[in-house]
Amino acid sequence: MPQAPEKPRSFQEIILRLQGYWASRGCAVLQPYDMEVGAGTFHPATTLRALGTRPWAAAYVQPSRRPTDGRYGDNPNRLQHYYQYQVLIKPSPPDLQALYLGSLRAIGIDAALHDIRFVEDDWESPTLGAWGLGWEVWCDGMEVSQFTYFQQVGGHDCRPVSGELTYGLERLAMYVLGVDHVMEMPFNDPDAPIPLSYGDVFRQTEQEYSRWNFDQADTDMLFQHFQDAEAECQRILGAPATDSAGRAITMAHPAYDQCIKASHIFNLLDARGVISVTERQAYIGRVRALAKLCADAFLRTEAGGATDGAAA
Amino acid sequence: MPDLLIELFSEEIPARMQARAAQDLKRLMTDGLVEAGLTYAHAEAFATPRRLALAVEGLSPQSPTRREERRGPRTDAPDKAIEGFLRATGLRRDQLEARDDKKGQVFFATIETPGRGAAEIVAEVLEHVIRHFPWPKSMRWGAGNLRWVRPLHAILCILSDESGAQVVPLTVDGIEAGDTTRGHRFMAPEPFAVTGFEDYAAKLRRAFVVLDAGERAEHIRAEAQAQAFALGLEWVEDAGLLAEVAGLVEWPVVLVGEIGADFLDLPPEVLQTSMKEHQKFFSLRDPKSGQIVRFVTVANRETADDGATILAGNRKVLAARLSDAKFFWENDLRRVREGGLEGMAEGLANVTFHNKLGSQKDRISRIEALAREIAPLVGADPDAAALAARVAKADLRSEMVGEFPELQGVMGVYYARAQGLPEDVALACKAHYQPLGPGDSVPTSPVSVAVALADKIDTLTGFWAIDEKPTGSKDPFALRRAALGVIRIVLANQLSVCLADIIAQSRFSPWRRPWDLPHDFSAADVDDIDDVSTAIERIRTSKVRDWVLDDGEEWVRRMKTALEGAFDEDKLNELKGIASDISEAEGTVFGADLLTFFHDRLKVHLRDQGLRHDVIDACLYTSGSAPSGATPGNDDLTLLVKRAEALSAFLKTDDGENLVQGFKRANNILTQAEEQDGVEYSFGPDPKLAEGLEETALFAALDEAEAAIAPAMQAEDFAAAMAAMARLRAPIDAFFEAVQINADNAILRRNRLNLLHRIRAACLQVADLTRLEG
Repeated sequence: MPQAPEKPRSFQEIILRLQGYWASRGCAVLQPYDMEVGAGTFHPATTLRALGTRPWAAAYVQPSRRPTDGRYGDNPNRLQHYYQYQVLIKPSPPDLQALYLGSLRAIGIDAALHDIRFVEDDWESPTLGAWGLGWEVWCDGMEVSQFTYFQQVGGHDCRPVSGELTYGLERLAMYVLGVDHVMEMPFNDPDAPIPLSYGDVFRQTEQEYSRWNFDQADTDMLFQHFQDAEAECQRILGAPATDSAGRAITMAHPAYDQCIKASHIFNLLDARGVISVTERQAYIGRVRALAKLCADAFLRTEAGGATDGAAA
Repeated sequence: MPDLLIELFSEEIPARMQARAAQDLKRLMTDGLVEAGLTYAHAEAFATPRRLALAVEGLSPQSPTRREERRGPRTDAPDKAIEGFLRATGLRRDQLEARDDKKGQVFFATIETPGRGAAEIVAEVLEHVIRHFPWPKSMRWGAGNLRWVRPLHAILCILSDESGAQVVPLTVDGIEAGDTTRGHRFMAPEPFAVTGFEDYAAKLRRAFVVLDAGERAEHIRAEAQAQAFALGLEWVEDAGLLAEVAGLVEWPVVLVGEIGADFLDLPPEVLQTSMKEHQKFFSLRDPKSGQIVRFVTVANRETADDGATILAGNRKVLAARLSDAKFFWENDLRRVREGGLEGMAEGLANVTFHNKLGSQKDRISRIEALAREIAPLVGADPDAAALAARVAKADLRSEMVGEFPELQGVMGVYYARAQGLPEDVALACKAHYQPLGPGDSVPTSPVSVAVALADKIDTLTGFWAIDEKPTGSKDPFALRRAALGVIRIVLANQLSVCLADIIAQSRFSPWRRPWDLPHDFSAADVDDIDDVSTAIERIRTSKVRDWVLDDGEEWVRRMKTALEGAFDEDKLNELKGIASDISEAEGTVFGADLLTFFHDRLKVHLRDQGLRHDVIDACLYTSGSAPSGATPGNDDLTLLVKRAEALSAFLKTDDGENLVQGFKRANNILTQAEEQDGVEYSFGPDPKLAEGLEETALFAALDEAEAAIAPAMQAEDFAAAMAAMARLRAPIDAFFEAVQINADNAILRRNRLNLLHRIRAACLQVADLTRLEG
């Protein structure tokens, strides 16, 4: 076995190594999606591209927001804004587990010294109408990734099946770097002229957003925005098939943006504690209905593989 | 006789599915092989996280040749018919045999199916098994169509005998069977070939895989106990966790780690639950303090540093988990100090219990009221029981229970103590949920008993009132468990309480939901005739009508009459009286219905304890009353069981058995005569008409028995009542021996039948012996 690479020294180095690793394994390294999402899965590069027959391989960092997890920057590992690293390969290659273990090696986790295990964890996203089977990957008892074979997205069977890997970057990095509190984690090189910790970058924003999420977000406005996003999504997909110039364009992505918006607004309302248990299910159902419409629409587009049969 | 070895090598199989999958593989393969005509001596299946394996010993090398004879058409049948027969059998005409039959000459075909080699059959059966494997959940992967629990990578399938091993030719969805496998994912990843099961198991062990799950579990147990012993600690056994952990590793390495000193003052239940649920750690307990002081983790590999890195990592993860737990614990304690558990319970107003039965807060106030009523019956202070009811479910709003729902009740005890509540109130937080299952203990402290009964009866009456009763196997609200809980609490504490009274106290009982006119109903409202006609409509649709139809009609008539003419105070009172009568009637029906449910559960419970159901029936329905109108006093379960136990003991004695026979004989003769004569022989028999010693003796014995039974029953001294009844046995036997009941003399006959009635009446006081079987 080749010598394990040297340990990374900062949060960003771990990200850079993952980028390099997956680029060298043939993934298109994409950039984060420019909208508020709860997890990397919401990026259209995963949700929509897992649909249809066209092969796909992408990796990217996705800033993710979970308003209810805010702890004003005090908790050693809970954040309302954090990063996920996401890999999606379709069809899932036979050596995906080995590829994944290679990525751990790349960030300095030596399998000869650590206890790495695949523990059953089936993934389901009620808001996306999606599910898959897989594991959470444990390293010395810590969950470092989610590993999922997508079976359905937006109510559609995935054929072929995509393999999805999700790394919770802060937690993983804290482990690799031996840091106990996320805010103390070196963000850039600790020997840089201006060394910055994770706290230097994010402590204040965690405080500000925690207050806003829990106490200040205007719930009447949010309820209105939810309805607006829902209506716009439906309207976009209900528009005539061709535009005024006679071009046939299905607007799956703009519609999906509205679905993402609705989902995030729901999360904010949830954090404000204004959604009761029974209403909760109804809201999740409404977002799922949008996700389903978007998935249906995407499958009618070229990227969704709709034209493949015709071209052949 | 070759041996067969199969291994299905895949990505990690969920621990909880492994044992079942191994058994399914064995069952489906051996069934398939046998069905195809093969026999085998022995089969055993194994599972690890990455493989299912099956070893079959002594498989027959081929299936036997099968001969089957089929009768065809007559020899002079049209050609078409004969050709059809040839097609069906696959034979030529000269291969058919003509034989004489009743109808003339008929063709017979003998079809011979040659035996097939084991390899061919194994390949066929295995492919079928793989394609139709009963995984609880399965998936596709890549671009393929095969389904397995996780991606299937390799199939090892060999038949081996003295001459060596042969790969069974087989390809499933592009996976070609071979004779190689791999060892531990990290410690021995290179492939190797095997020649048979022994070779396979031995090579796997050298490649750091323990094939047998039982052996892995045993290794973990022994190692954990040894390490605990060396530290002067005890291992907290957890069979479910042990089986799961044994399914997560191929090469178990047991490591013991320290729990940070900061966390040792957390309640042991919190430590244990957090460690188990999140980390799948076992706990080591200090036998002196009862505290959990170490964790046990089971790694899947050996390392050059003897697990130091692994242990350090696990310790760190645990510390993060426990900081969360500690944060919850401290927040909860602060909230309790500030607002008490009652303050914590406030939020339960927003938690729905059931959409027709209100919020958890509504439920708590109902339980409080009921616990207050029950308290004096079970020796508890009503104020203490009410307080316990108010706080018992408060921990549902604690952060700790939010994180670990299984700690409900347990945390309540700690928080109640922290608040300085009396110990019996604190204990009720946990105990009022009990018994949670057949193995769980029953609350015994009076305050806990009062709240536990109130909690369960509120549940039962609530779901009864909204007509959500269990049906068949469906019992979504665990009402059977609730009823059994009431029964076990009453019996274990020897409580003398009348369930019907308690049910009537429930807010859901129609007794307490007066079926009344609005409180402020007045003469003026009568102008609004709708109110009253609504009331009449309610009577018409009331459940009571099914039970007491006549009364229902009567109420309607009374109400209509009350509305005729001028309306005054008297008529208002009349209307209110009717409403209250109806409530009472509905309450009786409601209570009787629920009581029957209790009786059914009681029968099941006592049957499990070895009491015959007919014995229980005999005690439930004395005086032969209908099931719906169970005898008064039958809602006192303790008394009922005492009576059933006494009767059961009595029936095991020689006297008891014979007395029952004598009773039945008397009862049969009497019943027949009564049916035949159309009269009831219930006049007292005249002792002066007694003929002979035996008849006179029976009169005397009955006088004595009757004098003893009634007061004994009154005093609930069932043994004495049975003994008194037993003393009737000899006189009754002698009486039947010597005396003819149906005497020619009608006066004598009637007197004797009346005498039999005395026997029946005396015995029925004790129990309804007619319900005894045999």
